[in-house]
Amino acid sequence: MEIQTWTFIIVGLTFALYIGIAIWSRAGSTKEFYIAGGGVSPLANGLATAADWMSAASFLGMAGIIAFSGYDGSVYLMGWTGGYVLLALLLAPYLRKFGKFTVPDFIGDRYYSNVARTVAVVAALFVSFTYVAGQMRGVGVVFSRFLDVEVNTGVYIGMAVVLFYAFLGGMKGITYTQVAQYCVLIFAFMVPAIFISLMATGNPIPQLGFGSAGEDGVYLLDKLDGLMTELGFTAYTDGTKSKTDVFFITAALMMGTAGLPHVIIRFFTVPKVKDARKSAGYALLFIAILYTTAPAIAVFARTNLMETVQDTPYKEIPSWFTKWEDTGLIAWTDKNGDGKIQYLPGSAIEGKKPQFIEGRANYGQRKITNPSTTANELYVDRDITVLANPEIAGLPNWIIALVAAGGLAAALSTAAGLLLVISTSISHDLIKKQFARDISDKRELLIARLSAVLAVIVAGYFGINPPGFVASVVALAFGLAASSFFPAIVMGIFSKRMNREGAISGMVAGLAITTYYIARFKLGWIGNPETSGTDNWWFGISPEGFGTMGMLVNFAVALVISRFTSPPPEKVQEIVENIRIPSGAGDAIEH
Amino acid sequence: MELSQRKKYWKENLKYLSILLTIWFLVSYGFGILLVDELNTIRLGGFKLGFWFAQQGSIYVFVLLIFVYVRLMNKLDKKYKVNE
Repeated sequence: MEIQTWTFIIVGLTFALYIGIAIWSRAGSTKEFYIAGGGVSPLANGLATAADWMSAASFLGMAGIIAFSGYDGSVYLMGWTGGYVLLALLLAPYLRKFGKFTVPDFIGDRYYSNVARTVAVVAALFVSFTYVAGQMRGVGVVFSRFLDVEVNTGVYIGMAVVLFYAFLGGMKGITYTQVAQYCVLIFAFMVPAIFISLMATGNPIPQLGFGSAGEDGVYLLDKLDGLMTELGFTAYTDGTKSKTDVFFITAALMMGTAGLPHVIIRFFTVPKVKDARKSAGYALLFIAILYTTAPAIAVFARTNLMETVQDTPYKEIPSWFTKWEDTGLIAWTDKNGDGKIQYLPGSAIEGKKPQFIEGRANYGQRKITNPSTTANELYVDRDITVLANPEIAGLPNWIIALVAAGGLAAALSTAAGLLLVISTSISHDLIKKQFARDISDKRELLIARLSAVLAVIVAGYFGINPPGFVASVVALAFGLAASSFFPAIVMGIFSKRMNREGAISGMVAGLAITTYYIARFKLGWIGNPETSGTDNWWFGISPEGFGTMGMLVNFAVALVISRFTSPPPEKVQEIVENIRIPSGAGDAIEH
Repeated sequence: MELSQRKKYWKENLKYLSILLTIWFLVSYGFGILLVDELNTIRLGGFKLGFWFAQQGSIYVFVLLIFVYVRLMNKLDKKYKVNE
C-alpha cells in the first residue's frame, strides 16, 4: 500500500482513539476539569506527564538538532531530563501537599498577594503561548508531508481534535488521552530506531548500537568524526559551542523544565504526596526511553546523510531526496557545475529558508533564488531528520505512516496540556480568584471551556504564522519559565523568610531581563541588529541560555528585597511548615 | 507532630537532597560539561566517556536518583510516622 493510504488509516485510528477516550472521560465539575478529580494513579500520571512533556520538538526536532550539532546537542538531552530531578526533589511533593489547582494558586497564597498571583498568571500565559506556537507548527509539518495537504489545513485539523478533547474532558480527558498518546508516540519512535540500529550495527538496542562498530569493524562514532573532519566540519563528538554557553543553556533548560506550568500542574492530579514523588520517577523513566534513543538516531541519520549524498550525482539520488525537495525542506544548488552534491560546512543559502521559483534547473532540481557564496550546495531542514529517517533507511511504508502518527501524538498531547494551563489561568486564576469570587462551579466550568476555545484559536494563529524553528522557539519558553517560576516556587518552599515584596520583585526582574535579552539578541526587536551577534552577547551566553542568568537575578533580587521588608505573616509561615510534612494531603481543595 | 520532630524530619530531608543533588550536578555539569575533554581521553567501547555522560550516562543516573529519593523518603516518612 501507498504511504499516504497507510497514513490515513493509522492517523485516523489514533484520532478515533483519542476522541473515544475524551467522550468516555468527560469532565462534570471544575475539579475534574482542572485536576482530573485528583484520583490519577502514579503510573498513569507518569505516562501522561511524559506525553505532555515530550512535544513535537522532542519527537520531530530533537534528533535532528543533535544530528546537526553533535556534542552541542547534549544541552537538550541533559537539560530536558535533568529538570525532572529538580522537579521530583524540590517541587512536586510540596506542591501536591499544598493541594490547590494551579501554580498561580500557590504563588498567590504563599505570597499572600493578588499582585503575585497576577504576575504568575502573566508568566504562565507567556510561557504557554510561546511553547504552543512550536507545537502547532509541528502538526503542520507532519500533515503537509504525509497527508499531502496545505500546512494551514493541517493546523486546522489539529486544532479541531485538540479542541474536542480539551473542551469536553478538561484535565480528566487530557490525562487519559495522553496515556494513549504516549503509547503511540513511543512505539512510533522506537520501531524505526530499532530497525535502523539493527541495519547499521547488528545491535537491536539503539542506545548500545550507536556506540558499536559497523560491518567494516570501525566504531560508528569514529567513522562519523572522520567523515566530518575530512570535509572541514568540527568532529561530531566535539561540538562548537563554548563551555560557558553549554553550561548556561543546560541549566536554563533544567530550571525551565522544573518551572513549566503544564508539567507542574500534572502533579496536582495524584492522590498523595508519596504518589507525586513516584510519578515524577515514572515520568522521567518513560521520557528517558525516548531521550536516550534520540542521540542514537541522530548518529545513524547523520552518517547516512554524509555517506548517501556526498559527491553523488543528482540524477542518481534516492527518491526520498526529491520528495523532500518538493516540500521545500531540502534544496540543492549546483555551485561548481559538476552535477554532484557537495555537502560542506557553512550555510548553502542566504537567510533562513531557501526561496524557490517556478521551473527546474538543468538536472531537474528546483531553482532557488538565494544561494550563498560558500561552497556548500545542500540545504537540509533539521526538522525532517526523524520523519525522513525511515525512508532513507528504506523501511516499509507502514512504519513511515506510524512515525507520522507518533509526531502528531507528541504535538497534540503537549498542545492540549498547554491549552489547559491557559484556560485554567484565565477561568480560575483570573476570573474566579480576582473578579468573580462567588461564581458558581457550573459557571466557572463554562468559562474554563470558553477559555479553551479562545486558547485554541490563538494557538492556531501561531501555527499558521510560525515564529521560527520548532525547537528553538520552545527553548525560549524555558528561559522564561526558569527566570520566573522556578525561583519563586523553590524559595516559597525552602525559605520561610521569603516574603511578598521579595518574590514579586524577583519574578519581575528575572522575567524582564530575560525578555529584554531575547528580544535584543534573538528576535532583533530592539537595538541595532548589527550588534546582536555572538560577539556582543553578555559573557558569551546565548539567548537560549540566558534564562539561567534571569534566574540568578531573580534569586538575588528576591533575597535582598526580602531582607529589607517585613517577614511574611504567621499564617503563611504555617502554610510553609505544613507543606513540608507529607501526611494529611487529602483532596486538592478550593477555599 | 512535635516541633522538634518536625525540625529533625526536615533536616534529614535536606541532607538527602544535598547528597542527591551533588550527584546530579557531578554527572551532568561535572562529567558532561566541565570535565568532558579530560574524560574523552577514556573510552567505553565506541564511546568517548565524556560524550557518553553528556548524551546517555547522565540521563540513566537521573532516573536512578529519583527512584532512590522515593525509597529514602518513604523510609523517612515511616520513621517519623508521617506516611499514608
